[in-house]
Amino acid sequence: MLDPYIESILIFVGINIVLSLSLYLPVSAGLLSLGQGGFMAIGAYVSGYMTSVMEMPFWLALLAGGVVAGLVGLLVGIPSLRIKGVYLIIMTMGFGEIVRVFYLNFEPTGAASGMGGIPVHTTLPVVALVTACVLFLCYQIRGSRIGRALEAVREDELAAEVIGINLTQVKVAIFGLGAAVAGIGGCLFAHYATFIDPGQFGFQRSAEIFIMVVLGGMGNFVGAAIGAVVLTILPELLRIGGMQEWRMTFFGVLLVIIMIVRPLGLIGARR
Amino acid sequence: MRAGTVPILEVRDLSRQFGGYHAVADMALAIDKRSIHAVIGPNGAGKTTLFNLVTGVLPPTAGQILVNGEDVAGARPDRIARLGVVRTFQGVRLFPSMTALENVLVGRFCRTRGGYFAALTRIPGRPSAVEAAARRRSEELLERVGLADQRHMLASELALADQRRLEIARALAVDPQLLLLDEPVAGMNPVEVQEAADLFRSLRDDGITILLTEHHMSLVMAISDRITVMNYGRKIAEGSAEEIKRDPQVLTAYLGSEEAA
Repeated sequence: MLDPYIESILIFVGINIVLSLSLYLPVSAGLLSLGQGGFMAIGAYVSGYMTSVMEMPFWLALLAGGVVAGLVGLLVGIPSLRIKGVYLIIMTMGFGEIVRVFYLNFEPTGAASGMGGIPVHTTLPVVALVTACVLFLCYQIRGSRIGRALEAVREDELAAEVIGINLTQVKVAIFGLGAAVAGIGGCLFAHYATFIDPGQFGFQRSAEIFIMVVLGGMGNFVGAAIGAVVLTILPELLRIGGMQEWRMTFFGVLLVIIMIVRPLGLIGARR
Repeated sequence: MRAGTVPILEVRDLSRQFGGYHAVADMALAIDKRSIHAVIGPNGAGKTTLFNLVTGVLPPTAGQILVNGEDVAGARPDRIARLGVVRTFQGVRLFPSMTALENVLVGRFCRTRGGYFAALTRIPGRPSAVEAAARRRSEELLERVGLADQRHMLASELALADQRRLEIARALAVDPQLLLLDEPVAGMNPVEVQEAADLFRSLRDDGITILLTEHHMSLVMAISDRITVMNYGRKIAEGSAEEIKRDPQVLTAYLGSEEAA
């Protein structure tokens, strides 16, 4: 049997790939978000509540977590599209904080003391299947009519608009889709951790997801996935050797070096 | 306007102010179907602003913009494009990290269907009928502008003249009725200008109306059915090439009076 430690790393690799791709999707249309942790929280809480309190089947909860997070994403997306660049990033950060504070005060899901008793459903095969589905989704979008429109919007909004692409529609849809995928990632996380509290989905989490995409390469979903793999495994590899307390420092230094050597990300090229 | 036909584009009392500056003032214009209509004028005369207004890139301060009789003043650019009014830019705006073919395929976006479900169910390597038709059409358009051999090159790798051609092919992919070309031959050599002139004429013969701005006077005089001259945001003359060449106001304002030379 697989070593439980290795298995837990592999499960986190899968969860993080899903989360990384949840950000890659809006990024593919030029929309940067530092609020994916918020969508992840929604997916985690909605699905966790359904399986633990309402005792509903996991797959239904997974679907619902994605759908609810996606709908919230659509709502957040509508104003986000008038805002660009740095301002959009700040707006999404604000959104992430709102979600965290909401769950911090929301009694039905345990408020600040968190929500426990979530059954374990996120096994390695489940993670592998969901991750494969999300990768497949990204692959299918890339070469499609929609994928080309997303890329066009990212490259030059005005040029895209004057050839008949409705920017609002394209952006809101991909922002919502990314949010739904983040919600699914949150559901996977909740059903592995079995206990969740709002602090797990704060700014730190959003920033981590952001770093995965930037580190791997924003131009390509494979890059985003590789960023997630590297960012999950690297801190674990650094456990080997004696200097445990310096582990995260080395990790930070390595990130800096990677970004200097490959400023466009590990997979810098477009495809 | 000739009696009996609705102009493809009619502009009435169109104005655009930037602060106190009147970039376009009380402009009137009527473009006949299946014609090549040039708007000329010195730099800063308001030609590009006029294009921005007509294509919805800028909302007008006042006035009407009628496309086939329908007022589109203030409408979003994508809606105007879907009505068949498509432009190119003076500075060329392509999607640089996409190939030439992909640039044109994006132009087919608003004339084809297929959302996320279609994307999910597509079979890579086996394009759907819609996708195959879009590719065929895009390849035809690339061939038409003379870029068939460069179709897999990135747009950013193309020479300037080829980038301009590609931008026209991308605009044609939207099935325009009215094509607005903002200085389409700037930076082209004489052979390329001649090729562009032939292309514009053949497009007109296919039923596409062309509205262009250009500083290349011999091209304008050779291909234009009608010419409008702007200066300081206003129309100062309009007519055939022969009429414009003789117009004293135009000579003073634009083609070079003694003191300007």
